[in-house]
Amino acid sequence: MAGKTVTRADLSEAVYQKVGLSRTESAELVERVLAEICDSLAVGETVKLSSFGSFIVRSKGERVGRNPKTGVEVPINPRHVMVFKPSNVLKAHINGEVATGED
Amino acid sequence: MIKSELVLKLAEQNPHLYQRDVENIVNAILDTIADALARGDRVELRGFGAFSVKKRDARTGRNPRTGESVSISEKVVPVFKTGKEMRQRLNLPQKVLKTAAQ
Repeated sequence: MAGKTVTRADLSEAVYQKVGLSRTESAELVERVLAEICDSLAVGETVKLSSFGSFIVRSKGERVGRNPKTGVEVPINPRHVMVFKPSNVLKAHINGEVATGED
Repeated sequence: MIKSELVLKLAEQNPHLYQRDVENIVNAILDTIADALARGDRVELRGFGAFSVKKRDARTGRNPRTGESVSISEKVVPVFKTGKEMRQRLNLPQKVLKTAAQ
C-alpha cells in the first residue's frame, strides 16, 4: 500500500482549514494536543479518544530473549510499552463501512 | 484521560479559544488521521508514533462456542508503532519524569 505520508504539517493544515485559526496557532495547537496525550501516557494513564481509539500503557515482565543472529541469550528487562486499540468506528471507516453497534 | 478531559485541559491552557473550537481542533486532528488511513496512507508523528494500515486476507474462522465455520472477508486494520522518543519516555523513572515536565 504505497501512499503518501501524512505528518504534523498536514494536521495543522487541517486545523487551519476547519477551525480558522492562524497557521502558526494551528501548528502550536496540534503540538499541544499531541503533548497532552504523550504526557498522560508517560505517567501510565490510558488515553481514550471516542470514535478513534485508545492508547493503553502495558507493563511487560522480564524475560529471556535471544539474539537471533548469534543465538546468545540476553535478559530483556521489564518495561512499559504503549499499544493502540482502534475503535470500531475507526476500523469500519478504514474498511469503507459504517460502524454498527456501540462506540 | 478521555477526549472531553483532553478538550477541557487544552481549553484551560488557551483561554482565548472557545471550548467548542478546541473540540473542533481535536476532532480535525483525529479525522485527518482516520481519513489518511482510510486512503491507505501512513501517518507519521515524530516523537509520538506512526499509524499505518495492514491488509488481512480473507480466512475461514470458527465460532468458538458452536464450532461452526464462518467465512471472514478480507479487511484492512490500522496499526500503530510507538515512536522512539515516546518509547523512551514510557520507561523513564517516575522521579525524573516529574522534574522533566516543565
